[in-house]
Amino acid sequence: MMQTRSLQAVPAAKNMFRWNDARLLSAGLLALACVLPFVLSNYRIFQLNMVFITTMALVGLNLLTGFNGQISLGHGAFYAMGAYTTAILVDRFDCPYILALPCSGAVCLVFGWLFGLPALRLEGLYLALATFALGVCLPQILKYKGIEDWTHGVQGITLLKPEAPFHLPLSADQWLYFLSLGVLVLLLWIARNIVTSHTGRAIVAIRDNPLAAAAMGIDLARYKTTAFGISALYTGIAGGLSALTVQFVAPDSFNILVSAGFLVGIVVGGLASLSGAFYGALFLQFVPNVADRISKAAPWAIYGVVLIGFVYLMPEGVAGFIRRWWVSVTATRTKP
Amino acid sequence: MEQFLHQVAAGLATGGVYASLALALVMIYQTTHHVNFAQGELAMCSTYLAWSLVNAGVPYWAAFILTVAISFAVGMGIERVLIRRVERAPVLTVVIVFIAMQFILNSLAGAVFGYTIQLFPSPFPEEPPFGNPYINSHELGVVVVTMVTVGLLWAFFRFTSLGLALRGAAANSESAALCGIRVGSMLMLGWGLAAAIGAVAGMLVAPIVFLDPNMMSGILIYAFAAALLGGIDSPVGAVIGGFLLGVLENLAGAYVIGTELKLTVALITIVAVLVVRPSGLLGRVLVTRV
Amino acid sequence: MNLLSVRDLHAGYGPIEVLHGVNIEVSKGGATAVLGANGAGKTTLLRAICGMIWRRGTIELDGQPIDKLETADIARRGVAHVPQGRGTFATLSAEENLRLGAIARMRSPKLAQNFALVYEYFPRLYERRNQQAGTLSGGEQQMLAIGRALMLEPKLLVLDEPSFGLAPRIVQEIFGIMRKINREQHVSVLVVEQNANLALEFADRACVLETGTVITHGTPEDMRQNPEVRRAYLGY
Repeated sequence: MMQTRSLQAVPAAKNMFRWNDARLLSAGLLALACVLPFVLSNYRIFQLNMVFITTMALVGLNLLTGFNGQISLGHGAFYAMGAYTTAILVDRFDCPYILALPCSGAVCLVFGWLFGLPALRLEGLYLALATFALGVCLPQILKYKGIEDWTHGVQGITLLKPEAPFHLPLSADQWLYFLSLGVLVLLLWIARNIVTSHTGRAIVAIRDNPLAAAAMGIDLARYKTTAFGISALYTGIAGGLSALTVQFVAPDSFNILVSAGFLVGIVVGGLASLSGAFYGALFLQFVPNVADRISKAAPWAIYGVVLIGFVYLMPEGVAGFIRRWWVSVTATRTKP
Repeated sequence: MEQFLHQVAAGLATGGVYASLALALVMIYQTTHHVNFAQGELAMCSTYLAWSLVNAGVPYWAAFILTVAISFAVGMGIERVLIRRVERAPVLTVVIVFIAMQFILNSLAGAVFGYTIQLFPSPFPEEPPFGNPYINSHELGVVVVTMVTVGLLWAFFRFTSLGLALRGAAANSESAALCGIRVGSMLMLGWGLAAAIGAVAGMLVAPIVFLDPNMMSGILIYAFAAALLGGIDSPVGAVIGGFLLGVLENLAGAYVIGTELKLTVALITIVAVLVVRPSGLLGRVLVTRV
Repeated sequence: MNLLSVRDLHAGYGPIEVLHGVNIEVSKGGATAVLGANGAGKTTLLRAICGMIWRRGTIELDGQPIDKLETADIARRGVAHVPQGRGTFATLSAEENLRLGAIARMRSPKLAQNFALVYEYFPRLYERRNQQAGTLSGGEQQMLAIGRALMLEPKLLVLDEPSFGLAPRIVQEIFGIMRKINREQHVSVLVVEQNANLALEFADRACVLETGTVITHGTPEDMRQNPEVRRAYLGY
């Protein structure tokens, strides 16, 4: 009888090292995030809240465009859809907001999947074109008199800020902050699982070489529409939360600048990068505000220059840049 | 019945505008296989240039010709400096660069010329031709100029060697080089022509919609829809698409959906064409052997 | 004197060098065949000569150096390259493909004559002259590619695997035409071919390329006598 020797487990020292680093960093950031709302002003809490919300939306767009290669220049539509769904449910149907949010998500999931069907027939450029048209038409569609009963047309819908439940000692702003943070952590965790699963690999394979992916037996239609649906889900939930945070939805808040901003966000943060969504969200929240004070034209100009700059100089976005820097730093650390 | 004719005539007039910008889009597509999202803003900037010249005392037609010439040169320059670098990049990168260009041009115009609406002169007389109640001289002028432009373009592509070389460079740039065609020059030429046509479109549109940095964004969507409807690689198709769309939009607005949703007609057209018949009415159906 | 003279050619793609000092010649009015297995660098050689990739070394056409020229300029000097995969302008008609081949010779007094010549060699192309080139069969596209090359009135015809993916009968037809072009039109030929027997029947000089260097060269008879070449490339 043959004796088999089992292989000794070789610890992947370097990997574990980096993995622990990442976990430590995430835990640290999370702890910091939990402390901040007790030391910052209400306005800053609001801004950070919006950063979390924008991060969710960017993760959504990134799943579709960065990981799956389907270019969407009209993702503001899902953001608006989520926002309006939540607003209408809360305002007109007295639905508790904690139920309205998942409803927004579900509605967007379905519509995203439906959008994904005709999108199957549109390649890169043409999909960009169709979604661009959608983004431009969005305010007009939202103002349509036919659905004014629900949307209140141009005036929009105003919501009340939700108070903290169970008499928790939190202000409304702080409660919303933690709600968004919680949802963000959950969504990021799910996204990470999707991306590292075989679904994620299939989605990326479709981006890189659809013909080869199909030849390997990957069902293009199923994965592409699923990607669209999930992407819409994320952005829709973000939209719903934004309705609660801003307390106001109106057609003109969802113009092409929102969709374009999302695109800028994922380019700046880094395509096909989950952490990149956060950097992109930071950029989108803080830079245009500053730019607006200089001139009305400035935000657009900055978006344009930043886009071109990143394309030529930092094509992997901030996340890619940080990743490379981190690798070079840790590489020197583990040298004997 | 009179109401109907009125709508059709008005539709043809606006259609002429869409057609002329659609022509510029088709031009770029034919030479580079790119869809230029920034075409509207380029046209808008050209129009501001013309406006500045006219305000400085230059007679209209001299300003017109000068603007077209300068736009041609700028178009060539943009290709050489900005677009050349991303020629072979993935689609997303190209789209991003175009969108970025759109932002920059829009804000540049806003910063230099401000956002107040300006008047732009029309070279055509005030009185409607033969006193008819359906279409005024400027609108008729738009239609005529557009048809002449497309006629010239069609002839250029069909009958001249340069036109063929442009098409060859777009169809297969490697083979074109092997035939002795300087592909870089062809790309520049294509962009120059597109910018020139866009300038013409802008100067035709401005008297109708008035001049401001955002004047072209809605029209651009219509132009896309028109170009797709007619066939993204067919100049004649783009023009037919433009007129069709103009009439369709007006009739739909008057009889079906009301005037606020007019832009949505363009959106629906775009999606419908791309899904049902991507090559459009007159475009060539592309056959690819895998 | 040789029409094409290549000495110590290094070439490659990006950071990868594929050719390491290749020497090759095509005599005036002659035909040289380049044999070799997949990955030997045969296509790279042709692309280097036509300026499509980076290259270092001496390349002379009719005594004039062309190693620093752009592809389009090399074509204008009279080098007609029929690429692997035909390089057809798929969306244009067959006749437009031919017209494109002549784009650098539009003022030539022989323009109409060249059209007639191509249609005489390839009557099937005349039948299909208004058909979209991408819908032609593989053999017809190969004929179209060669016809396109002829419209340039080339001094040197460079062909990359003309037999690739074609039925044997069509291949014979095409090589027959190539022979006619070489003899009647006095066009020198440089052909890369995996079908070694066919290539040796056609050419008057041959060389074998292996991993970026020429391992042996001479007349076709020399190749047939060489036992290693026989075993590796001729199958007996």
